[in-house]
This record gives sequence, structure tokens and C-alpha cells, in this order.
Amino acid sequence: MIEFTYWDIIRNLLLATRWTILLSLVSFIGGGLVGLIVMSMRISKNRIVSAIARGYIELFQGTPLLMQLFLAFFGMALLGFTVPAWLAAGTALILWTAAFLSEIWRGCVQAIAKGQWEASASLAMSRFEQMRYVILPQAIRIAIPPTVGFSVQVVKGTALTSIIGFIELTRAGTTLTNATFQPFLVYGLVALIYFALCWPLSKSSQILERRLNVSHNRH
Amino acid sequence: MSLITVTDVRKRFGENEVLKGITLEVGRGEVVAIIGKSGSGKSTLLRCINGLEQINDGAISVAGAQLLPGEAALRQLRLKIGMIFQSFNLFPHLTAGRNVMLSQQVVKKTPAPEAEGMARRMLEQVGLSEKFDAYPDELSGGQQQRVAIARALAMEPMGLLCDEITSALDPELVSEVLAVVKQLAAEGMTLVMVTHEMKFARDVCDRVVFMHQGRVHEVGPPAEVFANPGTPELKQFLGML
Ligand SMILES: Nc1ncnc2c1ncn2[C@@H]1O[C@H](COP(=O)(O)OP(=O)(O)O)[C@@H](O)[C@H]1O
Ligand SMILES: [Mg+2]
Repeated sequence: MIEFTYWDIIRNLLLATRWTILLSLVSFIGGGLVGLIVMSMRISKNRIVSAIARGYIELFQGTPLLMQLFLAFFGMALLGFTVPAWLAAGTALILWTAAFLSEIWRGCVQAIAKGQWEASASLAMSRFEQMRYVILPQAIRIAIPPTVGFSVQVVKGTALTSIIGFIELTRAGTTLTNATFQPFLVYGLVALIYFALCWPLSKSSQILERRLNVSHNRH
Repeated sequence: MSLITVTDVRKRFGENEVLKGITLEVGRGEVVAIIGKSGSGKSTLLRCINGLEQINDGAISVAGAQLLPGEAALRQLRLKIGMIFQSFNLFPHLTAGRNVMLSQQVVKKTPAPEAEGMARRMLEQVGLSEKFDAYPDELSGGQQQRVAIARALAMEPMGLLCDEITSALDPELVSEVLAVVKQLAAEGMTLVMVTHEMKFARDVCDRVVFMHQGRVHEVGPPAEVFANPGTPELKQFLGML
């Protein structure tokens, strides 16, 4: 059996952390783009469009992320498509993230005073122009703290992808535990790395929120 | 020839019929005051004329074009008629100048230099040329409302709808806004104003419309309406003030 030094363990974990970070970024950015579309559909005046978005959100918020990962991975295999673990993981996380971000953002858009919609409408702007130039610039400011806060959930959510065989931080931890028989040490380090990723995010979310409250009407 | 024609317009919110058959014509260059108790449907009427509410029955036409639902038709209508609100509704993330420039650039595709020139002229017209770079929260209520007027004027509308535009202001700020409106009236702008400023209505308006329970209860030149109210409701309303 090969001997693992502490450095070997840490090095392997850090290498796997790259995949956790990459998957988090892809999920967050992809989820953000899809979330923007879902949010626009959700606040649409067209009832059917809005109902589709609501159904989507309820489906993805109302089922465990782990089930979504299983369905993306094993479900697709059952249908005859072999999806690699990274693709199933990325897709499921993007769709899951989108469901949550779209609801967070909808709240921010609806927090903008009705008078802003009416004034921009009376200036002959189309709904898209109202969104683009009047509503979103104001909504984005209040959306930043909860959005950054939610990114923590995305990072932690990536840990579940280890179960379908995507090799990220948690999966690397399991592999190293099997090789070293030092679960406490290895998982302790894994937890520490997650903390190092998540803590700055939640802290900056808090700071941003406080700053927004202090200067709630500044530019 | 009339600019705004409202014919037998009805508007319901659920079971509550708020406008019960309103007929009204506003001529070009005419200044009309709408008065009446709170809840009589004054705001709803203005909002219907501007397409912010959809009517259930009747017809509204502006400059000869019928008001129809649909974004393109609404856009055409709103290019002809601007609206000023009680709560100013300036865009808080933009400076006063940018507030006045935005819809010119976005809706009319006016290039930035021209839009800025127009914005500066309009702000000057409302007496705020030095506030181009100020944000709304750096302005008093009266100044904000004047920016809102400049913003509407920059679209070069044929008429303006004003819904209690001085009601949210401290008393000492009312006159600066009314002075701007008076100036507009003198320059021939068509104005439909919901107002509680009876003195202003008497001095500036060509016609006064008294609304009561969703109907036009009485109409006439201010001298007549204020001196000889024809109905007990109007008598009571004027007595209340
Ligand atoms: N969006 C709405 N939904 C339901 N009821 C409304 C709405 N807007 C106005 N109303 C009702 O319509 C009536 C007239 O309101 P409004 O036109 O604002 O009166 P005014 O401006 O003369 O005070 C009121 O009874 C009000 O409650
Ligand atoms: Mg009103």
C-alpha cells in the first residue's frame, strides 16, 4: 500500500477543489442566465407563460437536489442516453440554481414601486424597455446581497454530485479516506476547504446588505 | 377640434363599477380641471385615458386615433399624451438630466447630444437648469415634480394628464409647481388636471368637471361652476372645502 503524506492528501484535495469551484461557477452563471429567463416568464402578464415558470420553480424547489441529480444521471441512462457525470451534474445544478435565483430576483423586481412601472409606461416605453432601463437597474442593487448569499448554497450543493461519480472535493475526500483510513483527518480538511470557499461569500453578502441598508437611497 | 374624446366609458374593478359612463371632450389647448370627492373615479379616468387601465366599455380617442389595447397602440397614444403623478415617480437611479433624457433615447431613439440639449431646455423651462446632475433624492418635492414635468415635456406631447400633482407637496412648495403649470397653460398646452387647488382651477382652467360616484355630475366654465353650483352634491363638495 502506498503511504500518503499530509501533503499528498492536501494536494489531492486542492486539485479536486478546482472542480468544485468550476462546477460552482458554471452552475451559478448558467443558473443565473436561465433564472433571468424564468423570472421574466414568471412576471409576464401572459398567464400561461407565468404558469409554466411557476410550475418549473415549484418542481425544482419542491424536490431534493439529490433526486434531480439522480434523474439527470440515471434517468437519462434509462432513456438510452449515456450522460457523463459532469454533464448530468452541471445540468441539474444549473436548473436547480435557476429555480431559486428566479424567485429571489422576482422578489427584488416586485419590491420596486409600482409608480416606476407607471411613469415609464406613460413615457411610452415598452415592457422590455421598462425592465431594461428602469426596473432592473434598481432591482439589481437590492438583489446583490441575497444572490451572493445564495451562491453559498450552490457551492455546498456541488458536494452532492459526488454521489453520481463526479470527482470534486467531496468525492476526492471519500477516495482518500478509503486509501488512508483517516476519515476524520480527511473530512476535516474537506470541511475546512468548503468553509474557506463559503465563508467569504456569506460574509460579503452580509457586508453588502449592511451597506445597502445604510445607503438605501444612494446611487 | 377636440384632442381627447371620451365616449360613454365604463370601468369596473371586479364588481365595483368605478366609471359609470363618462363622456367628455377636451379641445386642443384647453385646460380642464377635474374636481370631486376622493373615490369618485378621477384618477381612474386619467389612467384610462393614458392606457394604464383598460376600459370595459365605451371608447377613448386621442387626436383622432382610437385607443386600442396592445403595446404598439398604447405606445402611439402615450407619445401624444403624457402623465404626471402625485408621487413624482422619478427614476431614483438616474440624475434629473438623465431622467429627462431616458425616454427620448430609448423610445424615440434620439441621439444623446440632442436628448441632452432637449433635457437642458426642459429643465430650464421648469426653472431647474442648475439641477441637471442632481439625483432625485437630493431634490425637494417641488423640484422633483418639476423634473417630472420636464421629463414628460421632453417627449413633446400634445397634452398632459396631471393627477393631483401638488397633493404630496408641503404647502410652501405647491406654488412653484403650479406656476410651471400655469406657464404651460399660457403657452397653449392641453391639460387635464385632477386638482384640489380650487383657486388655481378658477384662475387658470377653461372648464371645470365635477365628478361624483363615477359620473360627470356637472361641467362648466369655472366662474359658473363655482358661483352657481347646480346640484346639491357640488354645493356640498364646495362647501366642504
Ligand atoms: N386598481 C384598483 N383595484 C380595485 N379598485 C380600485 C383600483 N383603483 C381604484 N379603485 C377603486 O376605484 C374607486 C375610485 O378610485 P380613484 O379613481 O382613485 O378615485 P379618486 O382619484 O377620485 O379619488 C375607489 O373606490 C377605489 O377603491
Ligand atoms: Mg385620485
